[in-house]
Amino acid sequence: MNTTLNAPLDLTNDAPIATAATDPPAVRRLLIGLALGFLGIFIFLPLMVVLVEAFRGGVGLYLKSISTPDARAALRLTLITAAIAVPLNTIFGLAAAWSIGKFEFRGRSLLLSLIDLPFAISPVISGLIYVLMFGLQGWMGPWLRSHDLQVIFAVPGIVLATMFVTFPFVAREVIPLMEAQGTEEEEAARVLGASGWQIFWRVTMPNIRWALLYGVLLSNARAMGEFGAVSVVSGHIRGLTNTLPLHVEILYNEYNFAAAFGVASLLASLALVTLAAKTAVEWVSGRSHNRLH
Amino acid sequence: MKVGHMKIAFRRPSVLPGFGVTLGFTLFYLSLIVLLPLMALAMRTSDLTWSAFVEIVTAPRVVAAFRLSFGTSLVAATINTVFGFIVAWVLVRYPFPGRRLVDAMVDLPFAMPTAVSGIALTTLFVGNGWIGRWLEPLGIQVAFTWLGIVMALILIGLPFVVRAVQPALEDLEIEMEEAAASLGARRSQTFVRVILPSVAPALLTGFAMAFARSLGEYGSVIFIAGNLPMKTEIVPLLIVSNLEQYNYPGATAIALVMLLTSFVFLLFINGLQWWTRRHRMKGIS
Repeated sequence: MNTTLNAPLDLTNDAPIATAATDPPAVRRLLIGLALGFLGIFIFLPLMVVLVEAFRGGVGLYLKSISTPDARAALRLTLITAAIAVPLNTIFGLAAAWSIGKFEFRGRSLLLSLIDLPFAISPVISGLIYVLMFGLQGWMGPWLRSHDLQVIFAVPGIVLATMFVTFPFVAREVIPLMEAQGTEEEEAARVLGASGWQIFWRVTMPNIRWALLYGVLLSNARAMGEFGAVSVVSGHIRGLTNTLPLHVEILYNEYNFAAAFGVASLLASLALVTLAAKTAVEWVSGRSHNRLH
Repeated sequence: MKVGHMKIAFRRPSVLPGFGVTLGFTLFYLSLIVLLPLMALAMRTSDLTWSAFVEIVTAPRVVAAFRLSFGTSLVAATINTVFGFIVAWVLVRYPFPGRRLVDAMVDLPFAMPTAVSGIALTTLFVGNGWIGRWLEPLGIQVAFTWLGIVMALILIGLPFVVRAVQPALEDLEIEMEEAAASLGARRSQTFVRVILPSVAPALLTGFAMAFARSLGEYGSVIFIAGNLPMKTEIVPLLIVSNLEQYNYPGATAIALVMLLTSFVFLLFINGLQWWTRRHRMKGIS
């Protein structure tokens, strides 16, 4: 006790003044060690393993494994899926944010919970519900069949399942921000004669653009990386209904580890780019994202 | 809201345009993508008689899968709560080189496709893997046992706890700890009596979120689990194998039980967050 009381009086000491709320160096080192060790095992080592295994057979083999026709078809399908699902969910997220964030109405919090639903649902169930709806034995199965349309085990099913699992991302980022910013600026614009579109583009958009971008990035990462839901509806037809994550699974189960990790490294780079962009967005917008919540 | 002769308004009047259009589109899209398919699941289950439903979900293999899923999720979420708190504490309180990088990397499990995390963890923990080779001589087998499932669930649940606790720790006032110390509290007492109670709701939220996510997790688990019925078969995998055998009633019934469990957790988490917000507001005013 005495030492802590005397410490601040020792003015010759250049070290930062220790207050009663700082922990002793030994405790600090121990906790930092524990934290880094934990993150090392569950974050850094898995990432390293992907890169090391991908290049184990050399760069030539790596390039070959990511440019086979199957891999290219999987990449194409993944890009198509994200290109449909992400913009649709973005439009939805903005519409939901405008109605929920800028207006007060009854049932608002119920609506918020409903939007969050897909987060709480297992990816496998997200796929299952579409099978029950559009599959051969499903609700609309007979009708689809008589019109020669296929949703399950085909691209539309993959897109739908992806839309479901990425459904809340943009809305989740933008709604709290729009809510927090209130309606005064928009009302002022309205009083000065701006139209709805003008208000949205000139007043609201500049305020929410970083959160919107972050939501889009997250939902894109999830759209390209989704495994469980897509796996249930895809049917795993090589070259036709395989996305990149499903292609990784097939290669891995065939013990073709080098190729599996080669394709996996593409997805890992996507994850890293997403994180880098997220960090950049936080940096540019000048505030910690965590504080928004 | 209850204004004498006026009828109760659906919404508070506003000069801003676009309410009808945006709310209409929101409800339409929500119904089409989320509510209608979920209803299909409920309808499908109602095809089953109650006794058939009970028979499916109490079959030994199903019960074993539920026990495994709940058990491993509980262990993983508990470990995440302890270490997630330490990670958040270190990130908020201690400056050290590379802290910003570490902070950014905590979100990696959110961004990383689950299949990639799954094969990476498996490769780390198999007998000759980077970590497995140290555990093998000790007689500890992680890959293809329930321990492997726990590892995968720790990985995917980790960011939930850290990101839930971090803002709560940032909001803590150091003055409170100093006051506690000046009143004679030891650091450990300050921790238990001052710090822990303030972050407890956030910790609980993080725990619940990590647990809920773990229950439904599929992609990162199936590679490391071994997937033996009765032993290392998680509930989502059981749903998939029922589907692959075209046993739709089986898949649907199991899925419904899982879905209801998730909803209970969602309600719990929402309640917690509401309570925390109210609690904090009171603290500020």
